[in-house]
Amino acid sequence: MLRLLSISSKSKSNSFRRSSSISSYSFPHLETHLCSPTNSPISSNSSGFPSNQFNSINPAKTPDGYSFSHRFDRNFSYFCSKIGFCKVSSSGYWLNCANLRTCERKGSGVLRVPGSVSGMRSFSSESDRESMEYDVVIVGAGPAGLSAAIRLKQMCIEKGADLSVCVVEKGAEVGAHILSGNVFEPRALDELLPQWKQEEAPISVTVSSDKFWFLTKNRAFSLPCPFDNKGNYVISLSQLVRWMGTKAEELGVEIYPGFAASEILYDAKDTVIGIATNDMGVAKDGSKKEIFQRGVELKGRIMLLAEGCRGSISEKIMKKYNLREKRHAQHQTYALGIKEVWEIEEDKHNPGSVIHTLGWPLDQKTYGGSFLYHLQDRQVAIGLVVALNYQNPFLNPYEEFQKLKHHPAIKPLLEGGSVLQYGARTLNEGGFQSIPYPVFPGGAIIGCSAGFLNVPKIKGTHTAMKSGMLAAEATFGVLQEGLNLETYWDALQNSWIWEELYRARNYRPAFEHGLVPGLAISGVEHYILKGRSPFTLKHGKPDHEATKVARLCSPIQYPKPDGVLSFDVPTSLHRSNTNHEHDQPAHLRLRDPKIPEQVNLPDYAGPESRYCPARVYEYNPDEKSQLKLQINAQNCLHCKACDIKDPKQNIEWTVPEGGGGPGYSVM
Amino acid sequence: MKIMVAVKRVIDYAVKIRVKPDKTGVETQNVKMSMNPFCEIALEEALRIKEAGMASEVVAVSMGPAQCVDTLRTGLAMGADRAIHVDATGPLYPLSVAKLFKALVELEKPGLLILGKQAIDDDCNQTGQMVAGLLGWPQGTFASKVVLDKEKQLATVDREVDGGLETLCMDLPAVITTDLRLNQPRYATLPNIMKAKSKVIKKYTPQELNVEIKSELEVLQVTEPPKRKAGVIVSSVDELIDKLKNEAHVI
Repeated sequence: MLRLLSISSKSKSNSFRRSSSISSYSFPHLETHLCSPTNSPISSNSSGFPSNQFNSINPAKTPDGYSFSHRFDRNFSYFCSKIGFCKVSSSGYWLNCANLRTCERKGSGVLRVPGSVSGMRSFSSESDRESMEYDVVIVGAGPAGLSAAIRLKQMCIEKGADLSVCVVEKGAEVGAHILSGNVFEPRALDELLPQWKQEEAPISVTVSSDKFWFLTKNRAFSLPCPFDNKGNYVISLSQLVRWMGTKAEELGVEIYPGFAASEILYDAKDTVIGIATNDMGVAKDGSKKEIFQRGVELKGRIMLLAEGCRGSISEKIMKKYNLREKRHAQHQTYALGIKEVWEIEEDKHNPGSVIHTLGWPLDQKTYGGSFLYHLQDRQVAIGLVVALNYQNPFLNPYEEFQKLKHHPAIKPLLEGGSVLQYGARTLNEGGFQSIPYPVFPGGAIIGCSAGFLNVPKIKGTHTAMKSGMLAAEATFGVLQEGLNLETYWDALQNSWIWEELYRARNYRPAFEHGLVPGLAISGVEHYILKGRSPFTLKHGKPDHEATKVARLCSPIQYPKPDGVLSFDVPTSLHRSNTNHEHDQPAHLRLRDPKIPEQVNLPDYAGPESRYCPARVYEYNPDEKSQLKLQINAQNCLHCKACDIKDPKQNIEWTVPEGGGGPGYSVM
Repeated sequence: MKIMVAVKRVIDYAVKIRVKPDKTGVETQNVKMSMNPFCEIALEEALRIKEAGMASEVVAVSMGPAQCVDTLRTGLAMGADRAIHVDATGPLYPLSVAKLFKALVELEKPGLLILGKQAIDDDCNQTGQMVAGLLGWPQGTFASKVVLDKEKQLATVDREVDGGLETLCMDLPAVITTDLRLNQPRYATLPNIMKAKSKVIKKYTPQELNVEIKSELEVLQVTEPPKRKAGVIVSSVDELIDKLKNEAHVI
């Protein structure tokens, strides 16, 4: 094993002596040192290469259960071959990072670029990362990820096998990033854990009434309810997922909250072999802090991606392997859901009451609606879902939600109550037409990352869980019986997910033509054709292309918050328990830093300052009184709306240091 | 030399807390709990002292219900060698905790006891001082810098006091309570979290330690602080004086 770098003292395991000579980097010099098979330690100053903590390689401390494998030989050849690449990018511009990112993705790591670009992370050779190996690595501890993990362990018990399963979750605890309405259809849970009632799952409030209203500014008209929620429950998905996490751990699944999967690892054949977690302790300017910890590689024979809607890794995988094109699927369409959980007065509380609304405050051209569910303990979940293909760039979904709460049919319910939590998350609305081919070399995509939400039912939890279970069964077949992971795709198409989503496929696209045509077509679909329609409607433009330019639209005046029913964003944000380590590089990256001021602001009036439910994006005047984009990354709720809706797709949501983000507990 | 570190399981600092409807306390159901930030700093300091070669073992101690084990696992993942859990349900006030620590110190005989200066849930700032008193040990509280001298068995502690910094020198064994600027706690890495699962957590009960948990304190009521009223913009100095005199009654 060749020692790449040295560590001179064993004193502080986390110490990092930042080499100040980094800017006087010389590639040929480096090449000589790295590729020559000498055993002499290279001091950090002469090579200009940062030294890293190295006690991880110390063989004396190898515990049982996992291996420290560094695969030096393989990494070296990568490293040397990539040096050419990285030379191009040493100019330091983010634009050249296409090359850098190829470097990063190939697993060879990016060599340190002179820190002139703010917000750029520094990377060093990945060969110094610790590596942990599992049979299955699942990214995301949500309903899909945990269902897959539980199903895998159940099959191990049934068939007498032993597979190691690891779930990695970016939230500080399981359930911290889970937000959903939620009227829960227990179909998948009944299959997964039939004893859930006896095992005290937090599912207790059955749906007692189901109402559907059409709202105008001052009135609410009752419409025939298109939903059939008999046998369903009103729950907090965050609580359910937390319970599922304990069930998974009981079965032996290893769950690691607080670790964000940021990088995909490939082997020489371009198969995904694992993920790497974020480096932790990187300062805002990219330098390493005293407590710097290199990320860890989690390698799995099979990877399951369960990141939820618009998962950052899933999107990269879908692009790389052309998973949408493989199935001739359309693009995914999305909506942004903003939700609050209130505690209201006892006499107004009606556990199990379910209300959905259409119409006001959204206009005829904007698809969306609100929900109002009564949980237990005087709690009420209220939220507004706005489809992200809205046209008016002046639309502010958060403010629309605040307006909604003042409606005469809703206001009396909330008066006298107080808000417990606030949050926001995007959800899929593409349905059947947008499901990508979910299998890639090395793994599969499950849950909302693929997109199994049933839009007319407004439910995605049961299908996400079922997809996790099917993937688990396929994975078991691959690992134990040498089958192909394509069996997951076959299983999906033969399952009730497919049948359900197929029947529901035309409702959302019908609204492309507006609210009234949409309702009409939906009525025909539901009552007359009963899902047997011979045609499949298509989605319109992708969400980010649907925004019209500002001069063609009229600004919307929103009322000021009253502090009782409606609130300003900072107050709401405080209720989401959102926190990030502030001294870290901004995780929201601009592909071209000039576009906000050159395109977003003049053409679209800065829509990101309006649709972001956490006020991450603000246009503030600088010293020359020019409006400049300021990114308050610390506020981020991880909703992914900016990644979806930015007109030029300039904003890229990347994962911040693990453990940050919202802290949902009853959402 | 052994170092004993106290860690407390409290509501996570980023969580927005609210008072229970019956006003008996703060809502802890379905709320994220983590290690008290000052305890993290204490543990980090102990680990640094061990890595500098001046201690042989770091023992993390936590007292409370069964879930404290999670906090201890985090401590073990950060690098503590062993952990002790004193299983006690019901409220534990500082004096009880101090008495339990006295019993543990007599069992384990550490050379240094490090605690956080206060817990973020009760803000008592009493336990460290009480333990030192019960044990008759010197104490360096609000430490912002700790330097140990192994041969002379001394600790030099810089304390953050109102007037500035005070430097104290004390013989070991001693009690140190940590303040915010002492260090920045390390992250628990994935491999270490895995390793921590196999480390030992010893359980004691107060009865086994011959300590009676009896409190002379009883919490009668917990309420939210009164909501801040909006400010008033006054138009002249005279109006300001008038308001200060007649409305606020401060002059």
